[in-house]
Amino acid sequence: MISKVALRVFHSLLLLLGVSVFAFALLSFAPGNFFDELKMNPQISPETVASLKVQYGLDQPLPVRYVRWAASVAHGEFGYSMSYRRPVASLLWWRARNTLLLATLAMLLAWTIALCWGVLQALHRGGWIDHSSRALTAVLLAMPELLIGLLLLLLAVRTGWFPTGGMTSINPMNTGFSTKLWDITIHLFLPVVALALGAIPVLVRHVRSAMIAVLESPFIEAARGHGIPRWRLIWRHALPAASNSLISLLGFSIGALGSLSLLTEIVLSWPGLGPLVLEGVLARDIHVVMATVMLSSLFLLVGNLFADLLLYWADPRIRAVGP
Amino acid sequence: MSNSRRTTLLISLLVALHLPVILAGFFAPYDYALQDRDLPFAPPSRLHFVDQTGAFHLRPFVYAWKQSPLGDAYEEDQTRMFNLRLFVTGAPYAAVGVWTSRLHLFGVEAPARVFVFGTDGFGRDEFSRALYGGRISLLAGFLGAAVALLAGGALGIVAGYYGKWLDTVVMRLVELFLALPWLYLLFAVRAVLPLRIKTTDAFLLFIGVVGLVGWARPARLVRGLVLSAKERNFVLAARAMGASELHILRWHVLPQTYRTILTMAALLVPQFILAEVTLSFLGLGVGEPIPSWGNLLTELQKYNVLVSYWWMYLPAVMLVVLFLAYYWASETLEERFATVSS
Repeated sequence: MISKVALRVFHSLLLLLGVSVFAFALLSFAPGNFFDELKMNPQISPETVASLKVQYGLDQPLPVRYVRWAASVAHGEFGYSMSYRRPVASLLWWRARNTLLLATLAMLLAWTIALCWGVLQALHRGGWIDHSSRALTAVLLAMPELLIGLLLLLLAVRTGWFPTGGMTSINPMNTGFSTKLWDITIHLFLPVVALALGAIPVLVRHVRSAMIAVLESPFIEAARGHGIPRWRLIWRHALPAASNSLISLLGFSIGALGSLSLLTEIVLSWPGLGPLVLEGVLARDIHVVMATVMLSSLFLLVGNLFADLLLYWADPRIRAVGP
Repeated sequence: MSNSRRTTLLISLLVALHLPVILAGFFAPYDYALQDRDLPFAPPSRLHFVDQTGAFHLRPFVYAWKQSPLGDAYEEDQTRMFNLRLFVTGAPYAAVGVWTSRLHLFGVEAPARVFVFGTDGFGRDEFSRALYGGRISLLAGFLGAAVALLAGGALGIVAGYYGKWLDTVVMRLVELFLALPWLYLLFAVRAVLPLRIKTTDAFLLFIGVVGLVGWARPARLVRGLVLSAKERNFVLAARAMGASELHILRWHVLPQTYRTILTMAALLVPQFILAEVTLSFLGLGVGEPIPSWGNLLTELQKYNVLVSYWWMYLPAVMLVVLFLAYYWASETLEERFATVSS
């Protein structure tokens, strides 16, 4: 077991290395760089630009730059942001924490709703609940995340119930723990709902089809024949049997949320990785973009690894064969 | 609803959504860049059948918008009626990109203008912009899906059919690309390109980017299909009869993948339309003055537009309807193939 996990982790690390080489090479082929804008400025001489390039090591060949960047990652700095003029790591952790907070809460909400909704749909298969739910999830599925974000923004502006961006109010008077917590909660509300709404339709459809497959199987029929109460039958017998495909989906949804949250964060101005990566792209701040790409890949790989372990724990058949 | 009725409905819905966009010049009453600085953010025109005196007209007509005395709203200038006409001559456009035409499906008598979706901040007709914008977005979706499916399909077939080290290499690459969150990858690749580039360049590069991002999933799917297809008895029989590898690949293995590729296409086209919309929305894709569905939505990031001008949401509604049609199509295809194969 331990060796298999170690193998998986090793495999993921290799993948991460591959991602970093690929992304770094790609970003380095850019025809422009951060200092190109400076060249336009008549106040700055070409020599200054050239010396700045030397200072930041942009004159070095690609492999050297990559090794330098990798060394910087090993030091925990993740390179140097040229527009912020400090190590990327100092920009990153705070924002990564915010993204993680947002994504985790959104995922919990989405899965809770999706499980209940999907099971309900499967139980009433073919009924009006099923049909209306399918129509509703189809509409949600067809709604681009940015439109969901914009509509929630409209709601916030129109009703005034929710703040429209940021993570905390600018109010030095509120220093108590409970007021702070409330402040963050109310700021979190819209981004979490937007993100969850984007994820729910896919999850609901999978839960529904997995549950229908299980509910039609003979052992559920038998359990029903034995007079096991309906509630217990659903949650204790049917759902664990349906969980197999859902666990893989869980791993995938963790990774996908990293991508989804990008847009939601930008539209609803949540101070996470999303706005940072957009700024980085616009300013051609390569190390910032690199760091966010790496972090989000890490997010995805950890999600998959987590799902595999969970599957291993949940399914005795896989345990017998090995992952 | 019977199955064939449903299919007919679906196909006519798809045609109804695509035709006006493909023939944007004909269906749009005005050019997408035509500005009217006196009519910024004018609401959609109202169609009337009954005039001031209460008389009924069979031919619908509109009133021109004029600023209210306070200048903060629009009201109808009811002194003069403008009839709505079909097949009018108007601004010239290149029909299907080849010959120049002046024929438009509908329009009103000059000097008034008819605004189906209202106007934007420059007084440009939002409906015309939505149709012209759809051309770019749809083309991006189709070409992107074509590139991704061709590249992914080819690599998947090669990996699945020839196997060995090629399979290993391709599948490792697939894992690598699937480990990259696609939106971040899209951003990263976009970061490679200069910020301000010509629209046509931006567009072509976008197709390349999307193909680069999107090939992995089709490749993995097609590889799985090919793997199972090449062990089928009819393939073994063909091989025993001395058919060449290329013949087997073309006539026995490839047809096994068509259904999946078609279903995949119905999923990928909206996904890549969405990619274009996302990039343009964030100002990284197609830029002004050329409209695309993405940069039409950019306007909504402005506070006053978001709150005050509901018609600026109409392009987004069009987008949602289109996506719904595509999801419906992919579901129908999936159902149909499932019943055929069982």
